[in-house]
Amino acid sequence: MTTAVTGASTWRTLRRGLAMSPELRTGLAGTLVLAVIATAGRVAVPIAIQQGIDRGLPASGGAKLGVIAGIVGLTALVLLMTMTSAYLMNVRLYTVSETALAAIRTRTFRHVHDLSMLHQQSERRGSLVSRVTGDVDQMSQFLQYGGVTLLVSTGQLTITTVVMAIYSWQLTLVVYAAFLPVAFIIRLFQRRLTAAYAATRVRVGVMLAAISESVVGAGVIRAYGVRRRTERRLDAAIEDSRAAQYGAQRISVNASTVGEWASGLAMAGVVIVGVALGVGGHLSVGRLTAFLFLVNLFVQPVQISTEVLNDAQNALAGWRRVLDVLDQQPDVADPGEAGRDLPPGPIDVVFEHVHFAYPGGPEVLSDVDLAIAAQTRVAVVGETGSGKTTFAKLLTRLMDPTTGAVLLSGVPLTDVRFASLRRRVVMVPQDGFLFDASVADNVRFARPELSDEDLYLAFEELGLADWVDGLPAGLSTQVGERGEALSVGERQLVALARAYVADPDLLVLDEATSAVDPATEVRLQRTLDAVTRGRTTIAIAHRLSTAQSADEVLVVDAGRVVQRGPHDDLVRDPGSVYGRLYASWLEQTRSS
Amino acid sequence: MFTLGVVGSVLYSVLIIAGAFVVGGVVGRVVVPAVEHRHAPAAPVALGAGLIFAVGAGRVAGLYGRRLGAGAMQYRLQATYRRRVTRRYLELPVAWHHRHATGTLLSNANSDVEAAFYPIAPLPFGVGTVVMLVVAIASLFVTDWVLALVGVAVFLALLGMNVTYSRRMSPRVSAAQRLRAEVSAVAHESFDGALVVKTMGRESEETQRFAAKAGELRDAMIRVGRVRGLFDPALDALPSFGTLGVLLVGAWRLRQGAIGVSDLVSVAFLFTVLAFPIRAIGWVLAELPRAAVGWERIQNVLTASGDMAYGDAELPASPKPAALSFAHVDFAHLDGQPVLHDVTFEVPAGRTVALVGPTGSGKSTIASLAARLVDPVAGTVSVDGVDVSTLTHESLAATVALVPQVPFVFDDTVRGNVTLDRPGVDDDVAWRALRTAQAESFVSALPHGLDTTVGERGTTLSGGQRQRLTLARALAGGPRLLILDDATSAVDPRVEAAILSSLRERESGTSILVTAYRRATIALADEVVYLEHGRVVAHGTHADLLATVPGYANLVTAYEKADAEREREKAFDDEEVSA
Repeated sequence: MTTAVTGASTWRTLRRGLAMSPELRTGLAGTLVLAVIATAGRVAVPIAIQQGIDRGLPASGGAKLGVIAGIVGLTALVLLMTMTSAYLMNVRLYTVSETALAAIRTRTFRHVHDLSMLHQQSERRGSLVSRVTGDVDQMSQFLQYGGVTLLVSTGQLTITTVVMAIYSWQLTLVVYAAFLPVAFIIRLFQRRLTAAYAATRVRVGVMLAAISESVVGAGVIRAYGVRRRTERRLDAAIEDSRAAQYGAQRISVNASTVGEWASGLAMAGVVIVGVALGVGGHLSVGRLTAFLFLVNLFVQPVQISTEVLNDAQNALAGWRRVLDVLDQQPDVADPGEAGRDLPPGPIDVVFEHVHFAYPGGPEVLSDVDLAIAAQTRVAVVGETGSGKTTFAKLLTRLMDPTTGAVLLSGVPLTDVRFASLRRRVVMVPQDGFLFDASVADNVRFARPELSDEDLYLAFEELGLADWVDGLPAGLSTQVGERGEALSVGERQLVALARAYVADPDLLVLDEATSAVDPATEVRLQRTLDAVTRGRTTIAIAHRLSTAQSADEVLVVDAGRVVQRGPHDDLVRDPGSVYGRLYASWLEQTRSS
Repeated sequence: MFTLGVVGSVLYSVLIIAGAFVVGGVVGRVVVPAVEHRHAPAAPVALGAGLIFAVGAGRVAGLYGRRLGAGAMQYRLQATYRRRVTRRYLELPVAWHHRHATGTLLSNANSDVEAAFYPIAPLPFGVGTVVMLVVAIASLFVTDWVLALVGVAVFLALLGMNVTYSRRMSPRVSAAQRLRAEVSAVAHESFDGALVVKTMGRESEETQRFAAKAGELRDAMIRVGRVRGLFDPALDALPSFGTLGVLLVGAWRLRQGAIGVSDLVSVAFLFTVLAFPIRAIGWVLAELPRAAVGWERIQNVLTASGDMAYGDAELPASPKPAALSFAHVDFAHLDGQPVLHDVTFEVPAGRTVALVGPTGSGKSTIASLAARLVDPVAGTVSVDGVDVSTLTHESLAATVALVPQVPFVFDDTVRGNVTLDRPGVDDDVAWRALRTAQAESFVSALPHGLDTTVGERGTTLSGGQRQRLTLARALAGGPRLLILDDATSAVDPRVEAAILSSLRERESGTSILVTAYRRATIALADEVVYLEHGRVVAHGTHADLLATVPGYANLVTAYEKADAEREREKAFDDEEVSA
């Protein structure tokens, strides 16, 4: 992310960016015509001055008011036309650019969701949010403030040069001689600025993370009385980011003075050379005066470009970060049209010599080779880190195996269309994330068409109607941010109901009831058994109560499936992994 | 720094005006005579050019001072207010934090502070520009009062346009700012719940939800753009119209002999060089509404009330365990929804009490009250007979340690997470705590041991590891009262058993309040407090409650009952098969 912005990479970003946002080309020709008119109008005043002095104010003294009034009237008309064109151009540009930005925002948002779980987790969550908020806002800010000005300024530079050359090519050379070094010096500064801005972004990122930590961890910070420590960490991060910002500002100030030096030099040079030319009879007073005005018009774009350089840099960097996200190919991709739907009916599962390792990590699952018949209820047990959650993630294609294949109903998972997969296969993760909405809206997440009556019925079927009745506003109870108005166990109940109404053929529960009280859990277990009869259910569990009621238990140890069979068979060998797990379970849950 | 900025800016502005008169003077006194007489004496030409360059050099100095001063001030103010806002976050109680979305608090400390002080950077420029306008008008009157009237007319028009501009912009900019926050909130929530979105295949629907908000923001920004697009060219053209006016009126005055060519050129040039500063004023004014909104939000945090006041009582420093007591405690959520009614129980010094109750019965609330993260609506919570609300924060934190249900890990090293730089908590203490929490082996296996950075929210650790780390954090402080809020839920049964037995084997120095469902945890307790719907239904020993409280028996023997039922069903099935 901190690669230096060289001229080449700037062009590459622009090219990539334009390719990603075809919306930007909408009505471009018309906008360009308007831009040319709007820019051309800017040289009207110097021309009026020249004409006025040379024609209306003869050297003999006196002034031809009629001539001057004519020139002024004509120029005023040109100015009005310029204003109108500028207004139309602005509106078109704002409309097109904001439309393109909203589109790229939405496209990036979608892309983040399409990235695999591994990708999503490898980025700080806040930084993914920045890709669709701050980074795009920065581009919008730049386009609204500096961008249009920068565009017009470039045109102004060109047109001013043309008019200057018409008046006097010699003086034009003088002006260019003064400004040419500026281009080189600015480039030198540009390199240092880029490094400084990169450093600033890193510092600001660290500061944001520190602030976020102090907000999210407010409870712990208070409970442990570590306010001073947190303050020190925050102060250091805030000060570091301030120092970095100021450092960048100093370089940028130095860069911006270069244009001023050149402008002074150019004006002085124009006077000297201009007088010499005038004395030689090659230049009128009016033209020389107009030239001084033109130099000023020439300086303005240089001034403006140094003023908006910060914004331009930030916008470009933001754009590049957004494009970087869009360039990441999802490694768990939807086969889409080329894929197949799962055949209707109950789903069976086959793992064919599946190995899995996280990128750069050791193997988490080794040679898992098994078949699970349709309509069975299977519990997967094992110690923390044994690989049981990885098993669930491979089964629901949140990740793909490093080698080997997973097949559902005989179809390789990589061939199954996501639309079909996500409708037929649903996983309830341990952290039952809830959206800041009502209980009802959370449960109907996958099936928005369900009415409140349908939802209540679902809770009844799960034996949870009592719990719903006890909520302050029943199904309409708001669950708060991340569901924090409910207890952790209650959040799991809602997440379970959400998966249940999704009506999947394969239900995968990843410690989905770990924070629910035993009585509720046992009750849920029984009702779930009843309502999921006829479907395949795979439950990852560390409470062995789940294993006891399952048709079959898979015991995972150190990445391998070491035992398999009904609970009653497995416990016959007390020395086995399962035997030990069960003994410990009994010790903890039974009267001692 | 502000002075530097303003001085620089004023210097810059004055020299811009001086520059116009120098140019006018040079044209009138040097260029015109030279061209007319076809003869240029070297000295005046060199003097004129030198003056023009000198004014340019002075402008560079002014520009340098202005921008550096302004930048320094802007960043310093931002840093100051970020410190103030974050300090306030740390001061405000947990209940206040619960009422405010994380995303809002983040943007208060970040983008709102930025927005509030954004206009500071161009402020010296603004001051300079005002000085410039005053000097410009004054110099116009000195030159010729009729031309000055043209200037006054232009400046009045400028003022009027700027006022209208900011008035028209203000509501539009505020609306865009609000929508920006909403877009951010949707993105935050959706990415937080990415796993659910993915597993349920709701990517398209989530994208639609986001696209709707992004569309609203787009429309708001286009509305802003329309106003900006209208006013920008008008503000741009104003000095040009001024120059034309000067040309017309100036020619008339010239004929009357009231002014010379120099004056005319100077005044016309003055209008041209004023164009840029005037544009810049427009930019500052356009930023003001956004800044005002940002400032208001910062003030909301800084002036937020509801601080949790701490007393000045201190518990005597003692290695002995502390007693906890709840007397007639009521608690309700802010919306009035009652959570606890008349809760009374005690954890005698050195004893372990288990808090048992069904999901949602108020156990976590009791844990929060015991650590004084929240205050009761009625009744008192006391430690060693002292009302916790009269204790200093330091004394309370040193006495009571809460291990929450959802572990929170700092983006820091393992050492930093366990010791929290508390005095007296060294590496030995940290390792001992890690050993008790059954975290020693996995910490030793980390690439840099105690020095391993565990990353944002501990994402490099598993749920069980995070829980053990936060347990070690609590133990390292040597608390006299330990509150475990279902703090081992993500830990394997065998590991949990090991933790519990090592807790029991510690030289008794801690009273423990533990919320749990597991029999092993309950077995560790000397006494059980049983809750239902926020009321203490019964307390006593496990055996007593098992015998006398059906709800309790139902809860804790759920697994055994399930076993028995399964056995019965199986026997029934077998009979059917054999029949």
